Amino acid sequence: MLVSVYRYNPETDREPYMQDVEVSLLEGKDLMVLDVLNLIKEKDQSLSFRRSCREGVCGSDGVNMNGKNGLACITPLSDVAANGKLVVRPLPGLPVIRDLVVDMGVFYKQYQRIKPYLQNSSQTGNHERLQSPEDRAKLDGLYECILCACCSTSCPSFWWNPDKFVGPSGLLQAYRFLADSRDEATEERLAELDDPFSVFRCRGIMNCVSVCPKGLNPTKAIGHIRDMLLSRAT
Amino acid sequence: MVANFLNYSRSGVADWIVQRFSALILAAYTIVMVVWLVVNGMELTFAQWQGFIGQTWMRIFTLLTILALASHAWIGLWTVATDYLRKGVIRVVFLGFVGVSLFVYVVWGVSILWGF
Repeated sequence: MLVSVYRYNPETDREPYMQDVEVSLLEGKDLMVLDVLNLIKEKDQSLSFRRSCREGVCGSDGVNMNGKNGLACITPLSDVAANGKLVVRPLPGLPVIRDLVVDMGVFYKQYQRIKPYLQNSSQTGNHERLQSPEDRAKLDGLYECILCACCSTSCPSFWWNPDKFVGPSGLLQAYRFLADSRDEATEERLAELDDPFSVFRCRGIMNCVSVCPKGLNPTKAIGHIRDMLLSRAT
Repeated sequence: MVANFLNYSRSGVADWIVQRFSALILAAYTIVMVVWLVVNGMELTFAQWQGFIGQTWMRIFTLLTILALASHAWIGLWTVATDYLRKGVIRVVFLGFVGVSLFVYVVWGVSILWGF
């Protein structure tokens, strides 16, 4: 199988290039893209990419495969490269550090900005903050985000304004805390988001939904935030 | 980096609401126009046209539509410019051109509506 991999080493290369590698696969056996990257790395140790858990939990190996973002470890070749050719590039829109490794700084900055932790200053005594099963259920589909950045780096609004638009991942997390019955900072959180960029740059094209490896729906969460901002303003 | 050109502390919700309401006005005006044109056929005279637009309710409705168009276009093009025009100077020149054009259209529209 022919695999084309994005290569760039800022210490030796003047500019990035695509390297074609022929990888021999066993007949009738399906591999994950991460396995293919590992096979290439066996031949050429200089190829750099991130990976850790290799089962879609840690979110390290987000890459762009044949034009679509996803986690290399849980994307089977039969899904992504049915035509027999595979092109692997780093996640789009973020600065490349080397080969498939990108600088996620701006992505984490947006995550930090939405204050991804419970804010509650009331005293509970010596027991946990209780939540009804119904209130807990509101967090389903929100808390599962693994911060792989597949969604935010597939979003044109995030490409153009990564410093101002929070991005689908950050907004999903923002709503996770807005929706939490135990959080008391709803007003402060909404005030922080009410400008023309942070939330409203979302144009609802739903690239984020189509690439999320965990099957989450950031567009829906953004819609809920917009509703909250609207009812706060009216 | 995008500077907050003419946008200092502007509210995203306000923009969003203006964009939706102005769209409704524009849609309503389009429907009124299309219906009137269909009803009156192709053989339109200037007197007919002036009689229609010259009615007070139609003058007010048209002015409202012109204002809706200007605000709708401003918010929309401001968004497009802050997405796609990465060089500050080009963006400011473009938005300046848009702003002046929209102002001229509004003044021109008012003078047409109340100048006869």
